[in-house]
Amino acid sequence: MVKCPECDAEIKIPSDSIEGEIVTCPDCGASYELLKAEEEFNIKPAQVVGEDWGQ
Amino acid sequence: MTEEKVTSSLSILYDNIRWEEKALYEAAKKRDIKVNNINCKDLSIDLNNERESSPYLNKVIIQRCVSYFKSVHATAALEGLGAHIINSLRTATVCGNKLFAHMELQKAGVKTPNAFSAFSEESAIAALDNLGYPAVIKPTIGSWGRLIALLRDRDAANAVIEDREHMFPLYQVYYFEELVSRPPRDIRAIVIGDTVVAAIYRYSGPGEWKTNMALGGHAETCPVTNELEDICIKATKAMEGQIVGVDLMESREHGLIVHEINNTTEFRNTVRVTGVDIPGLMVDFASKIGK
Repeated sequence: MVKCPECDAEIKIPSDSIEGEIVTCPDCGASYELLKAEEEFNIKPAQVVGEDWGQ
Repeated sequence: MTEEKVTSSLSILYDNIRWEEKALYEAAKKRDIKVNNINCKDLSIDLNNERESSPYLNKVIIQRCVSYFKSVHATAALEGLGAHIINSLRTATVCGNKLFAHMELQKAGVKTPNAFSAFSEESAIAALDNLGYPAVIKPTIGSWGRLIALLRDRDAANAVIEDREHMFPLYQVYYFEELVSRPPRDIRAIVIGDTVVAAIYRYSGPGEWKTNMALGGHAETCPVTNELEDICIKATKAMEGQIVGVDLMESREHGLIVHEINNTTEFRNTVRVTGVDIPGLMVDFASKIGK
């Protein structure tokens, strides 16, 4: 569980999560990338879409 | 991420972990294959490293960056240092550019939509006069249907081309395709090695003529016929592809035609609709290369 930096809501981190995965705040919808830190995860704002993304 | 960390038998190079990348990781774990997820954004690559002593030599890396430019440049660097990238730089370069891909498919005798290219405002209009209206303008590099427009007449063409003249120079390389007469769907076929493992029909979303799933369309299973398999394998070989997504249209005039080949193909919808274990098959294919 981490706190959303935008709205302070709690974001649940699923147990099978891996570094680099994107999680979304259930309250405000902000997206974050998971960063591995010791045994837990930290989060940082995720890039949601890029001009050159996709296939 | 340091270079020394690339020690596993299989690596997945990513810039975002989407459903696809997680599924590949889980498939490798399920098979007890050592897998190393490499975040492209953490890479710092010594381009002058001796190939023979490079930490990337003979490493099998599945390229999964969603950013086109990061993907193709990271592939160039790592392949240059001896890694086996799925897909190769040659495949990535050609597949990533609609004009390049069109020419390779043409050379290989794979049917494609009729297309024209031009390099100025005036010659673009002349090209469209030759191709006829309605026509489709596509950026040579681009995805998810962005900046693709349907040009119903010369007025529409003038407006779009005038806009393009004020954009980045890449958008002044004009690439036009005929508007293919077809059912309101296209086909995405996933090719692994020399096998079409699954295919789906992609239907346009409401009020939309493009069939990109990113634009709200829906998907259904498409049977893999001999004809579909033949054209997909021919197209894949033309690109020297290893794992690709081939996009086809069912032209009422010409039958199956290929309009795009995706070198870091998305496959979530294909798995969901067909039930085929595409990530497992991809990992199996990649791990055989490493042996």
